[in-house]
Amino acid sequence: MASTDFVSSDLTPELVAVRNEIRSYAEGFGLDFFDVIFEMVDHEQINSLASLGGFPVRYPHWRFGMDYDQLSKGYTWGLQKIYEMVINTNPSYAYLMKSNNLVDQKMVIAHVYGHVDFFKNNYWFSKTNRKMLDSMANHAVKIRNYMDRYGQDKVENFIDHCLAIETLIDPHLPFSTPKKREPLYPNTEAKVEEPGRIKSDRSYMDQYINPPEFILEQKKRMEQDARKSKKNPPEPQKDILAFLLDHAPLEEWEHDVLSIVRDEAYYFAPQAQTKIMNEGWASYWHSKIMTQKALKDSEVIDFADHHAGTMAMSPGRINPYKVGIELFRDIEERWDRGKFGKEYQDCDHMVTKAKWDQKLGLGRQKIFEVRRVCNDITFIDEYLTEEFVERFQLYTYAFNRRTNQYEIADRDFKKVKEKLLFQLTNLGQPFIYLTDGNFQNKGELLLWHKHQGLDLDVRWSRETMRSLTEIWKRPINVESEVDGQKKLFSYQNNEFSEKFL
Amino acid sequence: MIYNIKRDHARFRSIVKGKIKQDLKKYVTHGEMIGRKGKDRVTIPLPQIDIPHFRFGDREQGGVGQGEGKQGDPVGPGEPQPGEGKVGDQPGQHLLEVDLTLQELAEILGEQLELPKIEPRGHKTLKSKKERYTGIANQGPSSLRHFKRTFRETLRRQISSGIYDPDHPVIIPIRRDMRYRSWKTDVRHENNAVIIYMMDVSGSMGDEQKEIVRTEAFWIDTWLRSQYKGIETRYIIHDATAREVDEDTFFKTRESGGTLISSAYKLCEKIIETDYPPSDWNIYPFHFSDGDNWSGEDTRLCLDILDKTLLQVCNVFCYGQVESRYGSGQFFKDLKEHFGNEHDSVILSKIENKEGILQSIKEFLGKGK
Repeated sequence: MASTDFVSSDLTPELVAVRNEIRSYAEGFGLDFFDVIFEMVDHEQINSLASLGGFPVRYPHWRFGMDYDQLSKGYTWGLQKIYEMVINTNPSYAYLMKSNNLVDQKMVIAHVYGHVDFFKNNYWFSKTNRKMLDSMANHAVKIRNYMDRYGQDKVENFIDHCLAIETLIDPHLPFSTPKKREPLYPNTEAKVEEPGRIKSDRSYMDQYINPPEFILEQKKRMEQDARKSKKNPPEPQKDILAFLLDHAPLEEWEHDVLSIVRDEAYYFAPQAQTKIMNEGWASYWHSKIMTQKALKDSEVIDFADHHAGTMAMSPGRINPYKVGIELFRDIEERWDRGKFGKEYQDCDHMVTKAKWDQKLGLGRQKIFEVRRVCNDITFIDEYLTEEFVERFQLYTYAFNRRTNQYEIADRDFKKVKEKLLFQLTNLGQPFIYLTDGNFQNKGELLLWHKHQGLDLDVRWSRETMRSLTEIWKRPINVESEVDGQKKLFSYQNNEFSEKFL
Repeated sequence: MIYNIKRDHARFRSIVKGKIKQDLKKYVTHGEMIGRKGKDRVTIPLPQIDIPHFRFGDREQGGVGQGEGKQGDPVGPGEPQPGEGKVGDQPGQHLLEVDLTLQELAEILGEQLELPKIEPRGHKTLKSKKERYTGIANQGPSSLRHFKRTFRETLRRQISSGIYDPDHPVIIPIRRDMRYRSWKTDVRHENNAVIIYMMDVSGSMGDEQKEIVRTEAFWIDTWLRSQYKGIETRYIIHDATAREVDEDTFFKTRESGGTLISSAYKLCEKIIETDYPPSDWNIYPFHFSDGDNWSGEDTRLCLDILDKTLLQVCNVFCYGQVESRYGSGQFFKDLKEHFGNEHDSVILSKIENKEGILQSIKEFLGKGK
């Protein structure tokens, strides 16, 4: 592994030596990564790359320009600085800031090897396209051609509509077996079965045992049932983009654009699903490699300063780097000392619990297992402990309408965990399903918001529905709940309406 | 290798401008840009440019945080994390703020209100100097070395002195051959203009009225600045007497007492006489009042000053009357009676409320004077 030495474009000999050194440490610790190609970039380039999601070639779109505007402003004002970026491809590409000093570069290189190990080995990345660099470039060429042919405004507008619904995918879909596609308006007549008859040997008795009126009635009822059950989609469908690709009246280029947006959304989904773990894992390893191997005496202060800056927590949100790294360390310690299982759980003597040590030494093995199988949800669900929440002073906060501000709501372990999991579930976005592709038999779409305690933002929903009508070309309906009341939002002919159900 | 982000950036900027143009009335009415004005740019909050998604209401959500504090303690908004970014990491949700130069803002205003370009009058007397590296010198720092000219000079010397060998064309410059870039000073003549704002600050002008004047002055300033290179502004406030003040005082002062408009006009006259010879300057007096003058006699005096001097020297004289609960608005009627509807160099405009600002700006600047 990593024996083929990619000659990077412009790594200085000094950095090449550093890279080789860090790589051998990383391999020594058992990290297993794709080849990594490091590129040196200046702040201008890294801001460009960051606004393009790390990819050097993307299709033209104004939102990349918007992100760039914000990033370069933040850089100019000294508010933010991107140290490092890495793309999940094989080989992986990582960017180093030219202006970073050597100890930063060391730390970043170690961090990058952590990320790439995660990309390569975590289950949730097992289905991603590792040639995405090429795919993105192809997408760019296609969309630029469409723009040349149909006009930039028209194509860009359509991209806007597609991006509005890019969250309506099912990140678990790549891991399930493909289902057969259903036609939109199924032929209900074809499959109707004959109603059952009671058998009799005597044919003259048949009209008494199976009276013709009754049989006719049964047949009608079965036809009706069949029609009812032949809804499309047969079950609520989460990947609404796929449904639209199959059934929306799109022109060829529109179809292509929508499928490009869907591809890219699926590519980025696992990164959002594993943010805490991914950053935690990379931070765990940069910290381990630096403090145990790579750091020189003169570099300690700088390293400590920058490491602490990355790990800093703020009141209004949790820092995935911090929570991630500490959870991995916590798991390692618990499995080293055997602080898990029934015996430990049932122990209610605090001192014994604190001193618990069975000298198992399973920690390292355990965290490698965790990085292979978990995503953020299972990571938090399985390994967040009451002691951890207490030690790191985690709390939940909520908006207080009376004082018009966010306030600390609770420090209870269960509440904190519940809230964290809720924020991670479906990437913190509402569950929206497509329940009927032919609502009221008028070719309208019916979406269903699976209400789990939080209402939709109505203004944003309205705008999103407007984009959906541009794609479906027919009215859109969303079933949801507002303040505990079931409601139906409708969008048709540029008008938004809502009514109680 | 990196795809040129500048194109996307330019695209974004043009969308932003389109958006501001579309909502110009809202921005003008709310006057929120003024507080965000820097030296030559404004910061504009844009609420509705992001791509919509299905999402939860902001207030609903809450979250998990970390640190000291007990139940009920307020939590500040989360800071963006420093340090490493991650691929696909979206910038946090926040109100988008964009910078526009005042020039761009003026363009938007001009396009939206269909304002004509102003035809300056007077001589181009304001001299502005600009240094440009167009000349050549025999001496200079080697950073300004002009390679081509040095080469040519050497070639010329070598040919004329017979050293040059076409079969072995080696060019060796000596000190005498060296040529350097040097600057020439360009003198440009530009039009210059002065805006003289006058405002009635008598008791009947309330905060709302002043806010209107302030907003209107901001936009007039922005437009005229885009039309003239060198522009000066002067501020006069008056009740029964007039005095010249700085910009800050102009918008904040509130006096009580009577109103003698003529006092302001006299001061204006004096300022022009001492500082701005009309042959060299484009002069724009703007007067804002609620239209209550002390007496008919004073009004006659005002008309007299206008007729005899001010109108002779100004490009255009603008009077904006802000509606107030107390003002009678008589002055507007008097001016209208005297000058009629279509006077060449007098523009009258009534501003009923904030909604009327845009229309009033159009009236003032729509003549292209």
